[in-house]
Amino acid sequence: MSDAGADWPGEPVNVSDSEFNEFIGKYPYVIIDCWAPWCGPCRILGPVIDELAGDYKGKIVFGKLNTDENQATAMTHGIMSIPTLLFFKNGELVDKTMGAMPKTALEPKIQSHL
Amino acid sequence: MEYDLVIIGGASAGFSAGIYAARAGLNAIILDEGMGGGQAATSPWIENYPGYEGIGGMDLMMKMKEHAEKNLPVEVGVHVESVNQSDGVFTINAGSRTFQSKSVIFATGAKYKKIGVPGEEKLTGRGVSYCATCDGAFFRGKNVAVIGGGNNGLTEALHLKHVGADVTLIHRRDVLRAEQVLQDQLVKEDIKMLLNQDTQEILGDDMVTGIRMLNKTTGEVEDHEFQGVFISVGEIPNTELAVSLGAELQDSGYIKVDTKLRTNVKMVYAAGDVTGGLRQVITAAAEGAIAAMSAYDDVKRPYWV
Repeated sequence: MSDAGADWPGEPVNVSDSEFNEFIGKYPYVIIDCWAPWCGPCRILGPVIDELAGDYKGKIVFGKLNTDENQATAMTHGIMSIPTLLFFKNGELVDKTMGAMPKTALEPKIQSHL
Repeated sequence: MEYDLVIIGGASAGFSAGIYAARAGLNAIILDEGMGGGQAATSPWIENYPGYEGIGGMDLMMKMKEHAEKNLPVEVGVHVESVNQSDGVFTINAGSRTFQSKSVIFATGAKYKKIGVPGEEKLTGRGVSYCATCDGAFFRGKNVAVIGGGNNGLTEALHLKHVGADVTLIHRRDVLRAEQVLQDQLVKEDIKMLLNQDTQEILGDDMVTGIRMLNKTTGEVEDHEFQGVFISVGEIPNTELAVSLGAELQDSGYIKVDTKLRTNVKMVYAAGDVTGGLRQVITAAAEGAIAAMSAYDDVKRPYWV
């Protein structure tokens, strides 16, 4: 079981509209950080996501979706505010958070879906 | 290692404090919970910082950050959880890391204020937003309201107009508080205004559909249709850490400081939005410099010995 995720990325993967569906179905637990370059709170959350991707390597795969460049996916998921985190288990949306938050606040949420 | 000075908050006050402290010879460090830049980094456009006729908030703040980094360490992504003092040494706890210091500057800024009306909480992220630079692009071609008649409200309204939204500015008084130059731009850009309006409720089940307002001129309650509501009605200073050390607050809730930016707690200073006043990038930067020099004086040549 623990070996299953050995090859999974330990840092966030940039995902585009065209890759999105394949990406969220590729791993059992995927968290997508929806962000844009000019969003201040997104830049607060960014380093937290980088860290979590390392901490949870092999258990969770993190993706980053630039909503400026990938408006179709943002629209499909009704995103009207960033940063938004989308939580997918086996390709199904199971949870969502909005706004920047410290790692200590985010971790319980992440672990509740492990 | 013990620092001479730890600066909590990396935005205009903190960066300026860091530059002055480091150049004076203090062993100082800046800690910021985000990427640095604070609230100003979310401002679409700043036109009153001398030297720049107009510059994006993020741009200006990243220039300041780079400038600070040439002078002292700037640690980002460091969320300070508590600050304690014992035997003249401050211990700053930030999760797995701790920092010790002889003095502390709180340049912790402020966070946006909510209006506190029904629907606001529920519809946040579903059409209600507090950051036009973040979320403006989702409202291109849509009918949006900006609530707030200060500089920030008008700047957000102009930004939303520029990204292609149909914008109405709503203010609770019959005159705007924002500077004249911004008011002139608002008129020039043909942004609609609803003045003397009390926001009573933000309407919508899953998505914002409008705002219920009391027109204070007529006394009538009216519903107006909107797909987005941007709220810019002021801010709340981040004073918790300073208060935990015993720093006194003004009646307005901002940290009480003297003209040297000293708080009532020895070796503890505050600068920028957290002290109230004009709350501009330029005043925050000025206060950072003053606070740093006060810290320098007190660390290097304390007046009480």
